[in-house]
Amino acid sequence: MIKNPVKKEQLVKWVLVTFALSSLLFLFLIFIFILFEGLPLFHKIGLKNIILGFKWAPTKGSFGIFPMIVSSFLVTFGALIIGAPMGLSCAIYLAEYSGKRLKMFLKPALELLAGIPSVVYGFLGVVYIVPIIRDYIGGSGFSLLATSIILGIMILPTVISISFDALMSVPKTYREGSFAMGATKWQTIHKVVIPAAKSGILASFILGMGRAIGETMAVIMIAGNALRIPSSILDPLRTLTGNIALELAYATGDHRLGLFSTGIVLLVIIMILNYIANFGIKRKM
Amino acid sequence: MVRKLGIIVVALATLIISCSNKPAARAKKDKHTITIAGSTSVMPFTEKLAEHFMIDHRKFVIDVQGGGSTAGIQACLNNTVDIGMSSRELKEGEKMLNTITICYDGIAIVVHPKNPLKALTMQQVSRIFNGEIKNWDELGWIKRKIDAVTREEGSGTRSSFEELVMKGRGIDDGIMVQDSNGSVKEVVATDPYAIGYISLGLVDERVKAMTIDGVIPSIRSIKTGKYKIVRPFLYVTNGELDEDGKQFVKFVLSKDGQGILKKEGLVGFYD
Repeated sequence: MIKNPVKKEQLVKWVLVTFALSSLLFLFLIFIFILFEGLPLFHKIGLKNIILGFKWAPTKGSFGIFPMIVSSFLVTFGALIIGAPMGLSCAIYLAEYSGKRLKMFLKPALELLAGIPSVVYGFLGVVYIVPIIRDYIGGSGFSLLATSIILGIMILPTVISISFDALMSVPKTYREGSFAMGATKWQTIHKVVIPAAKSGILASFILGMGRAIGETMAVIMIAGNALRIPSSILDPLRTLTGNIALELAYATGDHRLGLFSTGIVLLVIIMILNYIANFGIKRKM
Repeated sequence: MVRKLGIIVVALATLIISCSNKPAARAKKDKHTITIAGSTSVMPFTEKLAEHFMIDHRKFVIDVQGGGSTAGIQACLNNTVDIGMSSRELKEGEKMLNTITICYDGIAIVVHPKNPLKALTMQQVSRIFNGEIKNWDELGWIKRKIDAVTREEGSGTRSSFEELVMKGRGIDDGIMVQDSNGSVKEVVATDPYAIGYISLGLVDERVKAMTIDGVIPSIRSIKTGKYKIVRPFLYVTNGELDEDGKQFVKFVLSKDGQGILKKEGLVGFYD
């Protein structure tokens, strides 16, 4: 055993550093692995033909994923249109209006919402939302609309918890100053508190987008997975994640590489989103 | 603290070593192991056959895995499995493998039971999936968009469908895609305006199988050769099988083995 206490401290520190860096190592390995598998196809087929190509028929030599990139963004914005107002309202209520007891009930409930596995959301979508859309609005029900609704609900916990933190971090003196000027509560919130927390709220939306664009299981269950860019909100569509999950089981050769290329594009998009979110938070908070 | 860490490290190391030892210990010399991989359509039936086979042959261990027809054929070419399973005919470049047809499976064109249409022609089906026929009123029903469902690229069922029904025409990009027989069936069973194709063995009262070119899909119409959308379930091998493999294949082709397949709704060689 090591007797010297200083050496012991040092040892512990180094063990912790090793474990801490190993998480970084995993990220690095994942990145290298996906690049290693996916890049050869970019080289072979051409970046333009993959990213801007309209035809996906990997067993026949077409690897265009443009419709899927568009579809991924469409469902993400759809989710934001539904999830952002709801989430922000909830965060404002929690931060500014609700009493302590209600907050103690609402916060854990939201955490529970975040913990529900995505396959359960997908199942609810197939059993309830898809038939309702088919019967009352039209189309097959497997659609942009259904996917946006489900993803809108799934991003709620992310949007709420991060914008709640942003609102809470606005100093109390801001509010007191506003009240002292004779402003009402709502005037204070939308003229003082929300502008002060703006960057954090935006970050919550962008992280919500990251969550929506990366969601897979629920999406393949309700999106219908057709390969065309949808022309209405009732048309089926296929996202980047859905493409990988749907076809991986059978893919071999170039088809498999094509799925890794899809993964690279997805990884780049998510990295950009995360970068924007972090940049937005750091600048003001 | 340090001592605890040490213990954890030793424990982990032992665990890893013991894990890596296991397969070696399992594959004792008196055990006969057969590895089979491939089509997910054939896999459940092969598992059933293997279960029955292992009851009488206790020294055999049969390892059945999925992966898809193409993956199974590739694995067989690479000699990583003894037998590959395929739910489609071999393509050019795969023909050097030996094939054993174990049974036949029909692909049924299915619609919702509420759909009043009973029959379609092969031509109509291919035009629906080609995107030329988009509305049910073109087929003599109500004015409502057809919700057609296909399988994902790479699926054996899809590639048989493309070959037997589409005959070179492409499947339209606007058509919905589901990733298994089960989920296609689920969509068709819940959407009154849907049409899809699934393995005949999976058709039950929740979906309605269409009469195609005047022939009702059934074990009998497949056997007589009248129903045309039929694909073989194949075992493929790279060269001669060893004695163990031969014994299993012999069982599959025997009356007992074929009886098991027949019970599952497939078309075998005996009545």
